[in-house]
Amino acid sequence: MTTLIIAVLGFIMIAAAVMAIYSKSLLSAIISAGVISLLASVIYLLLAAPDVAMTEAAIGSGLTTVVFLFAFHKIRRSEEAKNG
Amino acid sequence: MTIVTIIGVALFFIGLWGMLTQKNIIKIIIGFSIIDTGIHLIIVSIGYIKGRTAPILDAAVSRAEAIMRVVDPIPSALVLTAIVIGLAVTSLMLVYAVQMYKHKQSLDINDYEELKW
Amino acid sequence: MVKRFFILVMLILFGLMILPLLTGVPPATGLNPLAAKYVQDGPQELGAANLVTAIVVTYRGLDTLGEVAVLFIATAGVGFLLRRKKEHAESGTKRPASEILQTGTAFLMPLIFLFGVYIFVHGHLTPGGGFQGGVVIASGVLLLMLANTSARINQTLLHFVESLSGAFYVGIGILGLVLAAGFLDNRFLPLGHFGTLCSAGAIPVIYSLIGLKVGSELVGILENMRGDPL
Repeated sequence: MTTLIIAVLGFIMIAAAVMAIYSKSLLSAIISAGVISLLASVIYLLLAAPDVAMTEAAIGSGLTTVVFLFAFHKIRRSEEAKNG
Repeated sequence: MTIVTIIGVALFFIGLWGMLTQKNIIKIIIGFSIIDTGIHLIIVSIGYIKGRTAPILDAAVSRAEAIMRVVDPIPSALVLTAIVIGLAVTSLMLVYAVQMYKHKQSLDINDYEELKW
Repeated sequence: MVKRFFILVMLILFGLMILPLLTGVPPATGLNPLAAKYVQDGPQELGAANLVTAIVVTYRGLDTLGEVAVLFIATAGVGFLLRRKKEHAESGTKRPASEILQTGTAFLMPLIFLFGVYIFVHGHLTPGGGFQGGVVIASGVLLLMLANTSARINQTLLHFVESLSGAFYVGIGILGLVLAAGFLDNRFLPLGHFGTLCSAGAIPVIYSLIGLKVGSELVGILENMRGDPL
């Protein structure tokens, strides 16, 4: 049963990784990278490593996505200041 | 468990392929972050022993029987450090990308040719 | 096109090189000798119930010191590269946040801070510790930044908290060298009763300092990357 759950989560993670690399919009690539980290934290919990699961959930799907979005926003704002 | 090792290796190769073939700088940094997640999965999966539980000694696992019922704690300790350092390096790379964009107004990596021969 | 083909061939060869990782390593059936020694001697010598905490803070304490140094260098790098000149202020209009977000933040922020402090004070008893608690505190401050778009975080306070926590961390390490068996040894404070809050020597103190330092550094990175609010 655990193996089945891990296999389904792994399949979703690989699909999200391919979507992060090949999508046209940068915003959906950033969100897909956050989804990969979130599912990885569930797998860490199933592998009996609760400290690593807490750290990965907070850092990977929280702070890394926010740092990517801040950088994206800075680039977008500087592009609008140049054009508009 | 070997299925998690296979997932980790697959994520590593998808991230490496993304870093080598994409042109947008932000996509290259996303590929680096995916490589990081894959490697951490490989390391934690090596420490897992089937049927055992987390390395915390409380009412569920007592001190005397700890050595027969507990998963290897060393890979967890190593990955804990590695995740935080991955965040620090990713944020530094993104700041470099923002400064490069302000300098040349382009996010395509083929436009930055000062270091090529 | 030829370049992609070469990249594909190189990745396949690399995959063949690390194939023995998947097939040649059998799943473990027992703890290896180093892990067995840590699991057996850890609770007795150090008094910590969380074995991962015992390894991160005392057995591999120098690695944690190195990691705190790397975080400090990354924060300093981000702050240096995003330096704003005074006359080049970025202008733009920012909408104030919605009513739900502001009210919810007023309820939730003290609870998030309390939860983060709980995580790093109980690091030696339950899963968690300094890094997790610091990141939860940084997430609380991020919520404040999103709800209150014109708030500035006091940079002087951040610098003081970060520098003093780092200095005290090294100071406690030197106290361990002077009063107990080695650098970052936790046995110069009494070990106490196993499983209570005031146990495991200096591990709660060390982890609290690490939690404050990591939290303030991550808040510094977020504040520098956010830019100027209007």
